[in-house]
Amino acid sequence: MDYTPHTEEEIQAMLERVGAGSLEDLYRHLPKEVLNPEISLPEPLPEWAVLEELKRLAGKNKPAFKAFLGGGVRSHHTPPVVQALASRGEFLTAYTPYQPEVSQGVLQATFEYQTMVAELAGLEVANASLYDGATALAEGVLLALRETGRMRVLVSQGVHPEYREVLRSYLEAVGVELITLPLEGGRTPSGEVPERVGAVVAQNPNFLGALEDLAPLAEAAHRVGALFVAVADPLSLGVLEPPGAYGADIAVGDGQTLGLPMGFGGPHFGYLATKKAFVRQIPGRLVSETVDAEGKRGFILTLQAREQYIRRAKAKSNITTNAQLTALMGAMYLAALGPEGLKEVALKSVAMAHRLWELLLEIPGVEPFTPEPFFNEFVLRLPQKPQAVREALAARGFHAATPVPGEYGENLALFATTELHREEDLLALRAAMREVLA
Amino acid sequence: MSYPLIFERSRPGRRGLRLVQEVPEATRYIPEQFLRKDPPRLPEVDELTLVRHYTGLSRRQVGVDTTFYPLGSCTMKYNPKLHEEAVRLFADLHPYQDPKTVQGALALMWQLAEYLKALTGMDAITLEPAAGAHGELTGILIIRAYHEDRGEGKQRRLVLVPDSAHGSNPATASMAGYQVKEVPSGADGEVDLEALKRELGPHVAAIMLTNPNTLGLFERRILEISRLAKEAGVQLYYDGANLNAILGWARPGDMGFDVVHLNLHKTFTVPHGGGGPGSGPVGVKAHLAPYLPVPTVERGEEGFYLSFDRPKSIGRVRSFYGNFLALVRAWAYIRTLGLEGLKKAAALSVLNARYLKELLKEKGYRVPYEGPCMHEFVAQPPQGFRALDIAKGLLELGFHPPTVYFPLIVKEALMVEPTETESKETLEAFAEAMGELLQKPKEWLEGAPYTTPVRRLDEVRANKYPKLTYFDQV
Repeated sequence: MDYTPHTEEEIQAMLERVGAGSLEDLYRHLPKEVLNPEISLPEPLPEWAVLEELKRLAGKNKPAFKAFLGGGVRSHHTPPVVQALASRGEFLTAYTPYQPEVSQGVLQATFEYQTMVAELAGLEVANASLYDGATALAEGVLLALRETGRMRVLVSQGVHPEYREVLRSYLEAVGVELITLPLEGGRTPSGEVPERVGAVVAQNPNFLGALEDLAPLAEAAHRVGALFVAVADPLSLGVLEPPGAYGADIAVGDGQTLGLPMGFGGPHFGYLATKKAFVRQIPGRLVSETVDAEGKRGFILTLQAREQYIRRAKAKSNITTNAQLTALMGAMYLAALGPEGLKEVALKSVAMAHRLWELLLEIPGVEPFTPEPFFNEFVLRLPQKPQAVREALAARGFHAATPVPGEYGENLALFATTELHREEDLLALRAAMREVLA
Repeated sequence: MSYPLIFERSRPGRRGLRLVQEVPEATRYIPEQFLRKDPPRLPEVDELTLVRHYTGLSRRQVGVDTTFYPLGSCTMKYNPKLHEEAVRLFADLHPYQDPKTVQGALALMWQLAEYLKALTGMDAITLEPAAGAHGELTGILIIRAYHEDRGEGKQRRLVLVPDSAHGSNPATASMAGYQVKEVPSGADGEVDLEALKRELGPHVAAIMLTNPNTLGLFERRILEISRLAKEAGVQLYYDGANLNAILGWARPGDMGFDVVHLNLHKTFTVPHGGGGPGSGPVGVKAHLAPYLPVPTVERGEEGFYLSFDRPKSIGRVRSFYGNFLALVRAWAYIRTLGLEGLKKAAALSVLNARYLKELLKEKGYRVPYEGPCMHEFVAQPPQGFRALDIAKGLLELGFHPPTVYFPLIVKEALMVEPTETESKETLEAFAEAMGELLQKPKEWLEGAPYTTPVRRLDEVRANKYPKLTYFDQV
């Protein structure tokens, strides 16, 4: 089957009108050498059979609902009200709002999103979303380098390793030097920042889950004329001091924790908030309030001279697609929960993490690694390889023990909790861990 | 009356979702110094208010589900509903769970990569890039790594881009640290071969081409272009934004392209949700495979696995494995249509465009490039009419306008892409409306639209005094 409406008679009539004898005829001006290649694809299936095949594939996965896995993605509750509203065809099947008169839905929702993100980050403005946390970090750092005109970046080892890898891919291309600041005792040291550094990057809570006091590092960055870029889980900002309050010039992160499905890693969305002074350096889309011809309030894409379709090679970024729909889901989640609800979800996740920490440390051979205080994730040193532990736990129906890259130490595994976990879930994980490590 | 903001519906103490029953004391776990002093000013609404707010917003928004949306180069075809059910089957997977527990997801990724390789004629693929432009960046970084590996990195500093190219092409090349040079189009709308020859040389790293190009024309001299590129050691990059016109009929790999990105949200019907998310897999020929980003999905004796073993890789371009749920939708589309269905879709996208082009010509619109168009074409309103006014007039008549003022090389351009999922009568109704606009008084056109949720907006004010958040004091 396909999704085309044409009847055979209509096709014939249209072909006649355009002076073609057949559908093949529409391609007769292509070079003969490349026309009609042999392509091997499976035979088409009726709708139910496609779904059946997808169910068969899905059956080979073990869903990670209530997973104890962390590292940038967590098993939070996705509210049905968010799913239902975001699934409306008008939102789902729209494009970039180039015609604002018929795109006020997306434009206003985005304006509201920008407001919520700026509020969470404690900064003045926010971009209308980026692909994910890692690329948002890369764009944030490039923004800082444009602003300072410098070519060196200092990044804490506490920043998610995958985010640092993406940052390296982006920076190497334009010849920027990336210096890593190693963690000391699980936290970022706040010493001197080398000269000519344009951006200093740290994450709070850091990749190991530890809370960091980043104000001294932000000050050190500012002393040498660098901008400070903070990576922060937006959910944590329902409770924690916002990046703007401890001196961040730019805050970035990934929105998955705001009630988005884990989706095996995507799509999620990246957020980026900064000061209004840097607004002309922001990558991607921005929505502004304005008025229409009758003086009525309306919303429109603005400062488009920063963007690739006007500035081309001189654009601030090549980004055209963002993550509007998933960002909309994040905004709906924030609106559904409000400041109290957000705080409650974050605190429950934190409380469960601390309880799990106590329980797992009772197991012989398990040692603490993340220093206290920590937030809703923590790292333990296991007496065995974390990959093997994760696999053995999975065989018992638990998704836990994210292997931590070797750069932080040997046999380390990350654990995370969310509002979905109950005491009995934690006890069950402890029992399974005991078995696995026995 | 203007539509209220969610913040204006907010009342202190009003509550929506309560996901937590017993709320823990913050200071029991977190020292005071780390705690937020002022709560974020998020909206406080109940669930029904939330539902009415966003339902109301959705009614102030058009999409393919509500309106013909012939946005050239953006490919707004119908998004099958099956796909939305499909993604729910895979929503609850964590990227760091044990690979043995995601064999179905990895199998789907592996299969999709095989399908896309077959459809593009490429040897290896990455599914990691999150969007078309992100795929472009990935592709250019791969080309860059290749030249560097061969010791030509310092010498090859230039990327050639036709003057009709998407803006993302020059922006991408620039992000990858390259200088950009535009190559003019000839009178026929295709790349000026002589001009291209003059620019080619050992200082050029890549040529970025869209084929069909942004005028909707197939570059008929593509085999000659790829031969010239090869002789000059230049890598040929295929911008897949327009692949939907030739899908199944011809493959970039057979035309001599070294790298190709795909826009799954265009060619493979993944919904684009107001501008995203998308997905931009990148296929390469064998000589570039060592530079693909990690991880890749491989098939071993014990099943599928994620491989990080690629010493010359450009690294990562995104966290985790890309926009996986977009991949599920593309997989479903390919399995539903099969090769014959895909070819039919491509051919009907071309037929719809050619048919609509004829209708618009009859109504008085000009088509500056007369060559056989593929899935889209560029038209111009008659002398004295502005493309912008035509677009705004269309809004009043209930249609989403075509892309306006692109490509930049055509004055007052209206770039029309009907796609294959629109019926003959829709095309005819659209052409009628386009014709009707030329009969309207000038003042009517300049004042349109009249009955949309808002009238023409003050863009200058937004640029001069941007108000970017509800709390922003302009």
